[in-house]
Amino acid sequence: MTDYNFAYLDEQTKRMIRRAILKGLAIPGYQVPFASREMPMPYGWGTGGVQVSAAVLTPDDTFKVIDQGADDTTNAVSIRTFFERTAGVETTTATSEASVIQTRHRIPEEPLTEDQILVYQVPIPEPLRFLEPRESETRKMHSLEEYGLMHVKLYEDISRHGHIATSYAYPVKVEGRYVMDPSPIPKFDNPKLGDMPAIQLFGAGREQRIYALPPYTQVVSLDFEDHPFEASKADHACGLCGATDSYLDEVIMDDQGGRMFVCSDTDYCEARRAAGHKGKDAA
Amino acid sequence: MQVTALSGGFDNPAIGSAHAFRSVMEAMARPGSVQDIQGAVPPAPLTVAAGTVLLTLCDTDTPVYLAGKADTDDVRKWLAFHTGAPLTGPSHAMFAVGEWDALMPLDGYPVGTPEYPDRSTTLIVECAELEAAGATLRGPGIKSEATLSLPETRAFQSNRALFPLGLDFIFTSGDRLAALPRSAVVSRSSSEAVAHRGDF
Repeated sequence: MTDYNFAYLDEQTKRMIRRAILKGLAIPGYQVPFASREMPMPYGWGTGGVQVSAAVLTPDDTFKVIDQGADDTTNAVSIRTFFERTAGVETTTATSEASVIQTRHRIPEEPLTEDQILVYQVPIPEPLRFLEPRESETRKMHSLEEYGLMHVKLYEDISRHGHIATSYAYPVKVEGRYVMDPSPIPKFDNPKLGDMPAIQLFGAGREQRIYALPPYTQVVSLDFEDHPFEASKADHACGLCGATDSYLDEVIMDDQGGRMFVCSDTDYCEARRAAGHKGKDAA
Repeated sequence: MQVTALSGGFDNPAIGSAHAFRSVMEAMARPGSVQDIQGAVPPAPLTVAAGTVLLTLCDTDTPVYLAGKADTDDVRKWLAFHTGAPLTGPSHAMFAVGEWDALMPLDGYPVGTPEYPDRSTTLIVECAELEAAGATLRGPGIKSEATLSLPETRAFQSNRALFPLGLDFIFTSGDRLAALPRSAVVSRSSSEAVAHRGDF
């Protein structure tokens, strides 16, 4: 642990990231460029989130990492261990005990509080990127609030599928100004983005962007009057804990078509089972 | 105690600046909230809060403007030793520090460009006192409304009208600070706030 500076990054890098975080908070939803560093893990494994966490953590924090809602996947375990070793912080899997939560593609089921910070790992921060590949153009579109193309994309969804088929990374508008990619969270989580008591920070390492949502920010999922936004999930109860209000993963059980649905948030599911709740597939 | 250029830094830079940054971030994320901050002991007339913010955020990449009484030989030497930040005038400053009147006029600072609104100055305003009372604030980071003792209101209303361009403010007093990002909507009292809500 003494072989590293606190939280791995050098102080100048942390200052640069911290300045970007402050500007991000001052302009909610706007992507602040930052000089992303090489991290001891490949791009795509959460280097943006790790750098933001490193700039935010203090030794007094309790740190939690989730990957698609789970505390026990390779990505979550390795990032948690990384900060145990380089920052000496306490870690936990319990959402309510964590002060900083780094997440890949989920927002915890348990509502967050004012004393918590949620750090997202973001692969493609630019919501317009698949519609317009040139950064110079998407910059201009954001500056002119030219978001018609995004509505055309959602409209094409409707004309092709009969409904808005975008189910994750569903675009949102922040405080009536910037259209923002909420990272590939399921659209089930979109309603939790707005009016959240916790600070939300987004880090994209490969794409070198940081953006933020201060607490209690207005976040609206894009939609149409006749096709309003709908937060969807699999129409089942969790097979282990019986929860009907949580986001579910579908797990294939055999090659006979057997499958079960379980909470993607492992901490939420475990806490419910510990409290005596039981689903239909629970042993 | 005589503060020399070489003393008055963080005891432990990595840990001290991490705690200090959390105070600054909480302040910026929750406009109107007053946070404690300490770690640095800058030469007079800089307050502990202003000195700590400078040490937390400034380095050779960030031109700093020392306004009015803040521009002393001691402060220059202290800042040079601890941060290496180049000194500049308002038009190229990423950070400016001083009392409200000395920092004027506000239109001398960069407010960012439409493509890059983040390229704007953060002003560190030294205040005699700082309390959660006075002008009414609304906007991102504020549940319904907050109050903060601001030097005036009109300047912040013109700054808000530039959104997403604009300046961001950190107010420092002793070892406490609060912040006002450009996104905050400022009004004098809560009844006025309702009347002007549709302005932006």
